Amino acid sequence: MDFKYTIEGGDFSRAGHASSDVKKLLKQLNIDNQLIKRIVVALYEAEVNIVAHAKNGVIDVSILPDQVFIKLTDQGPGIKDINLAMQEGYSTASQKVREMGFGAGMGLPNMKKNADKLNIESTPGVGTTVELTTFIQ
Amino acid sequence: MSEPLQEFHHALKIREDVCIGCTHCMKVCPTEAIRIRKGKAVLYANRCIDCGECFRACPVLAIIIEQDDFDKIFDYSVRIALVPSVFIGQFPKTITTEQIYSELLGLGFTHIYEVEHAAEILAARINSYIDENEDNKPVISSFCPAIVRLIQVKFPALVENIMHLKAPLDIAALYNRKKFLEEGFKDEEIGIFYITPCAAKIAAVKSPVGTEKSDVTGVINMNTLYNKVYSAIKQSTKDTCPVPTRRFLSPQNIMWTLTRGESDTAKGRSIAVDGVHNVIEFLEKLENEDLPHFDFLEMRACDESCAGGALISGNRFLTVRRLHLRAEAAARKIVRGEDYEDEILLEKEYLLQNIGVEKVKPRSIVKLDDDMSKAMAKMKKVHELMRHLPQTDCGICGSPRCSTLAEDVAQGRATITQCTFVQKILEKRNIFSKEESHQIIESIWGTDKLDKKWLVDL
Repeated sequence: MDFKYTIEGGDFSRAGHASSDVKKLLKQLNIDNQLIKRIVVALYEAEVNIVAHAKNGVIDVSILPDQVFIKLTDQGPGIKDINLAMQEGYSTASQKVREMGFGAGMGLPNMKKNADKLNIESTPGVGTTVELTTFIQ
Repeated sequence: MSEPLQEFHHALKIREDVCIGCTHCMKVCPTEAIRIRKGKAVLYANRCIDCGECFRACPVLAIIIEQDDFDKIFDYSVRIALVPSVFIGQFPKTITTEQIYSELLGLGFTHIYEVEHAAEILAARINSYIDENEDNKPVISSFCPAIVRLIQVKFPALVENIMHLKAPLDIAALYNRKKFLEEGFKDEEIGIFYITPCAAKIAAVKSPVGTEKSDVTGVINMNTLYNKVYSAIKQSTKDTCPVPTRRFLSPQNIMWTLTRGESDTAKGRSIAVDGVHNVIEFLEKLENEDLPHFDFLEMRACDESCAGGALISGNRFLTVRRLHLRAEAAARKIVRGEDYEDEILLEKEYLLQNIGVEKVKPRSIVKLDDDMSKAMAKMKKVHELMRHLPQTDCGICGSPRCSTLAEDVAQGRATITQCTFVQKILEKRNIFSKEESHQIIESIWGTDKLDKKWLVDL
């Protein structure tokens, strides 16, 4: 089954609505609670990234008998060096933002930790595509 | 993986003879446990968490909170009233606690025990419990039975976080039973009656979660007793009355059942959330890991916690204020050295040994089927149906929302033609006759609402 969500950049009050909806669907399917948690945490991280950095984005969720495949496509600044961004602690956030408790550089590593497969493609100045795959059986 | 569905005891009952078949209760239920059938509200027992929202919403008092018969207390020679501090807090300042206690004895109780004395025991354990459960942070309080049930049915992934410790009520009951057994009474002579501010506590006593049997003998609704005591005080012609000694309760214990009563006691990072809809919103965030780290969550189904219980007669804010004043007075007693330790502390070791409860099991109401492929097929059906439903959430179909009707249909509990919009579409296409629509509406709403003869004259 396929589901689609549109995400507005900068609208933090709505951030997480796609994650919450996907979580509800996975609960309805009686998928293991720990798996749901991993999927939702990875998706939430990716969803908030779009809200925080991009102009807008689309989330496509496919629930298949053996896996949940989520593709997040945004129009935004893109990531210059994906390998660097994957390192724990790497952050583009300013010192000031870090002092506020954000931008600890754990976003992408956290996604990688929670998804079975993570694929990121990005063109600086155009946008980023994130693919999260989690096997459910 | 999942437990077979058991019947759960619910204190909330719908009086069919009084119910007028409106939709107030159905619309406010946080777990979508109510439907309308044959013009009456019906309850899905496995979904109900006994929060009492329906009880508050009912315009004709058709929803009742079932209690034990008051005269049941006289089956016992020791008749203990376990009274929460909010009971006293409801009365105006002009009525003294001594008067209230005196009237309780006059009604037939032989002993009065304030439940919050037992909070002292729980407070001694809560912080070490939080330290021991680093893997299940935040620890969620087990105090409010409606919240425990909410987590079981709607947030099954979070059951591990629920604190496996008895609530003050159960500790107080355990203590009193032991005390009177040691005084030489037989178990069957000891009647421990809890004066409850809500339905959830009754359900917790009658079918406890995480423990086999409750030490509480029976439950009496707080509003029933409030009326009895207030009338007795107003009508009193007695010159003298028995005045029991009122035991010292610490400020912390006085405040225990109010919002932040527990979280203020817990060390580390803690937060308190009250109101069942606020709790649901907060638990959603917790599941998304969209919250800063917390060690302890206090969650209460009622706005202003137990002061806002469905069976509280007084205003919740006035009740909170009176308890604050009482706590301030208790604090002054401590300064003057007039405080003393309650006898319950003599049994601290025994009570701490018996404070644990078993793990709480999830019983999800969200899943469409135990089998994932069947659940998937049902989900497809739900989404297919949703495209045909009007999204008005009007409730005419007898389900609270269009999405609930779609789920009910997928589960085989309803038909799509219960939707009045679907009926109109089918009538226009000559697939459905007006009589067929009429019959369906009657099956949901009964015949009375469709039998308005005067309409002919309009």
